[in-house]
Amino acid sequence: MTSATISRAPATGSSADRAPRVNDFSMVVATVNGSGSQTSNMAIIRALFRMGIPVSGKNLFPSNIQGLPTWFTIRADAGGFLARQESAELLVGMNSATFLEDVRRLPAGGVCFYADHFSEGLDRKDLIYYPMPVQALVRELAPPKELREYIANMAYVGIVSRLLGVESEMIRSALMTHFQGKAKAVETNMRMVAAADAWASEHIVKTDPYVVRRDDRTKDKILVDGNTAAALGAIYGGVSFAAWYPITPASSLAEALQEHLPNLRTDPATGEATYAVVQAEDEMAALGMAVGAGWMGARAMTSTSGPGISLMAEFAGLAFFAEVPVVIWDIQRMGPSTGLPTRTSQGDLMFVRYLGHGDTKHVVLLPATPTECFEFGWRAFDLAERLQTPVFVLSDLDIGMNLWMTDPLLYPDQPMDRGKVLSADDLARLGSYARYRNVDGDGIGYRTLPGTDHPLAAYLARGTGHNEEAQYSERPEDWSANMERLWLKTETARQFVPAPIVDRMENARLGLICMGSVDLALREARTQLAREGLPTDCLRVRALPFTSEVVEFIEEHERIYVVEMNTDGQLRQLLQLEAPAHAARIGSIRLNDGLPLTADWIRRAIRSEEGG
Amino acid sequence: MAIDTERTGTMNRIGLEKGDYRGGATTLCQGCGHNSISSQIIAACYELSLAPERIVKFSGIGCSSKSPAYFLNRAFGFNTLHGRMPAVATGAMVANRSLKAIGVSGDGDTASIGLGQFLHFLRRNVPMVYIVENNGVYGLTKGQFSATADRGQVIKKIGENPFLPIDICQMGMNLGCGFVARSFAGDPKQAKELIKAALSFEGTALLDIISPCVTFNNRDESTKSYTWGKEHEIPLHDVTLVPAREEIQVDYEPGTGSMVELHDGSMLMLRKLERDYDPTDRLAALRVLEEARSAQELITGLIYYNAEQPVLPQVLHQVQTPLAALPVSMLRPDATSLEALQADLR
Repeated sequence: MTSATISRAPATGSSADRAPRVNDFSMVVATVNGSGSQTSNMAIIRALFRMGIPVSGKNLFPSNIQGLPTWFTIRADAGGFLARQESAELLVGMNSATFLEDVRRLPAGGVCFYADHFSEGLDRKDLIYYPMPVQALVRELAPPKELREYIANMAYVGIVSRLLGVESEMIRSALMTHFQGKAKAVETNMRMVAAADAWASEHIVKTDPYVVRRDDRTKDKILVDGNTAAALGAIYGGVSFAAWYPITPASSLAEALQEHLPNLRTDPATGEATYAVVQAEDEMAALGMAVGAGWMGARAMTSTSGPGISLMAEFAGLAFFAEVPVVIWDIQRMGPSTGLPTRTSQGDLMFVRYLGHGDTKHVVLLPATPTECFEFGWRAFDLAERLQTPVFVLSDLDIGMNLWMTDPLLYPDQPMDRGKVLSADDLARLGSYARYRNVDGDGIGYRTLPGTDHPLAAYLARGTGHNEEAQYSERPEDWSANMERLWLKTETARQFVPAPIVDRMENARLGLICMGSVDLALREARTQLAREGLPTDCLRVRALPFTSEVVEFIEEHERIYVVEMNTDGQLRQLLQLEAPAHAARIGSIRLNDGLPLTADWIRRAIRSEEGG
Repeated sequence: MAIDTERTGTMNRIGLEKGDYRGGATTLCQGCGHNSISSQIIAACYELSLAPERIVKFSGIGCSSKSPAYFLNRAFGFNTLHGRMPAVATGAMVANRSLKAIGVSGDGDTASIGLGQFLHFLRRNVPMVYIVENNGVYGLTKGQFSATADRGQVIKKIGENPFLPIDICQMGMNLGCGFVARSFAGDPKQAKELIKAALSFEGTALLDIISPCVTFNNRDESTKSYTWGKEHEIPLHDVTLVPAREEIQVDYEPGTGSMVELHDGSMLMLRKLERDYDPTDRLAALRVLEEARSAQELITGLIYYNAEQPVLPQVLHQVQTPLAALPVSMLRPDATSLEALQADLR
């Protein structure tokens, strides 16, 4: 062990002088991408969660396989606020390339755990430094060469756990989950955790105030990422066809389908699959395949991100116009163009809403949590088949790829809605059939599925102009009647899409509107603002087209701000179109820097708009 | 060798008349090769006694892709996007493996804008008869070159085509297609028999049918013209499809022909013409295509045949029941399974 093993004197007194900060910190783990730190970070998060402490993890990673810096932020908060914070009080410095910068970012009174072979950046007087003899511990334990980097990362798990008070049995239990019960892998990792823990207890005197203590605030919660939840939602929604093309940050959704479908959807009688997943040659083909399967009557989906959505425009228009049910997940990342593949954004809203040339409008669902990803995962199929149209679900990288503490996934509380489908018997009874006739006055025709054994059943689906019988037509009255019916159908959609969630505070005159993952930070910001004497009401939009509650909410409030993560204020623009009489007083609070919003930023932005 | 398909009078084996297979009136030019092919599709389906309700038609965009409206009105169909028929057909045929598919595309749709999807479709061996109505030219946009246009071909407003044509059948060979055939719209009997054989094949059956465009590319020197086709067609063999249930009445004398058994038990009789040709010999197929290309010959017939490849629904280990027809009980797992899954998330 080196001389650095002796803890430096803290700059601002010892822990005895300060009240402990219990279950309340953000910690950033700075590592090198591809070095296997994910296992370590997951172990800490799960262990805290299993100690009953609200916790979240956000990975700020580069678009790179290996070698570039990555920062993983773990936030524990007794009050359950788990949005990103602007700065972390604790740093685990494992990357020499970023260490100076990482140290600079720590607030006064912050805590710096660092790999003890670092020699610079150790001179801030207002920090508490704890060395970690990572290399020495690795030498001592001599793990197999191929595991060395992974095991090295377990050193910080042991030392941080010792200093914070994370129960080592909970670390073990977390690793058991991570390694799916493989005892050998767990032991290999636990040896390092235990050695580092023992070293820390012997050599480090705790001088910082951050501690964790067992609580009971997670027992009704789960830890899951949005893409996994979305995939499970789709499975419980009866997905039977999925096509996809690899793209960050959406790939893990399709991969979760492929992971869980074999267990959940294998026919026990034959061992055969009741589903098909096809990796397409590009996103055009992915949506094209899903459209083919949806037209055939399967519950079909695809999942992608912005660049894929661009390629899907042509098929989205076809599916809208030929009225084919299909579900499209867009896990938004930063655009335009290739943009920032590993950073989050809400920038696809407008594009997706109108995706396709001509008068195209799509139904869009806007989940805010993994729990809602699950719910919209199955609901999207019901909506798509009810409305016979593509349904887009806009998640984002923050929801999709980060681990969220969230409410449990609720089993669908409604039977599947397969929409208006006519069987051969129905056709025999009816004696005539026209695919696109507005029989019920809601703009939605009756479908027949290929293979329906009746001479009246067939029609030729097409993206060209057609009459009620789906025959090619250039007659002006056929064209306009069809478009008017489609317009009516999108109005009908308002009755079926999920209503917004409204949260009110007493005496609030300020109305805030948001969508998706912004909700997490906005809730926290509103609590802060209320504490400062500025109560607010909040409406979270969950779907396009808007439902009537949205305009009512705007009408009810003196001042309105739309809080969102894009540069153009896209949700605000759509609201201005929806409520033109109020357009001028719908304000915009927006930030588009690739990172999830923080409560502090939102609070400051609202304060600044409101004049202090 | 005659196949008696008329033995029940005007009705076929499933009690349908030929009129039950017709489509809407064509809007293509009079004399267009595509109309002749539509007629042969109608005749083939009628003679094979296929239920039109069990057939699905697909197409992309272009003159050829309009034609699904002109045959089998009682079959469902999807007139998709330009060059994107393969994707739609892939999803559809995975979603319902019990149906038979006929895809009609053109050389622009398949070899220009849709080349990528076409190749991946072949690679996946999606069950479908893939007909390319090949005329080397864009008709609906009034006569531009497609990717199968002859090098040196001249179009008045555009000039001379400087690029080599893409050979549809060579693409099929390269991508492992198990049924590669070429025919000529001016040889309707052969086209019909090959369509019947293709309909009896389980995987992707590729039919490159030279189908002259009488309006924009029918000059005698064009390899896609009627005159050129009539003068240069060299059938590899005389083909006749004997459906599974019918007796094979003729046996070839040794050395005068051969038979290929198709997936549904029907037999394709190949009567020898000038040369010995074995369509199961991959190298021979590659050679005959290359020789035909360099000599500018219109080689027609079944060029390559290999029934060994599994089709996509087999590769995906799908249940026999069409995915689109699964009952809700097989689509939505029970609530207990969700609870079990969530135990791991706590």
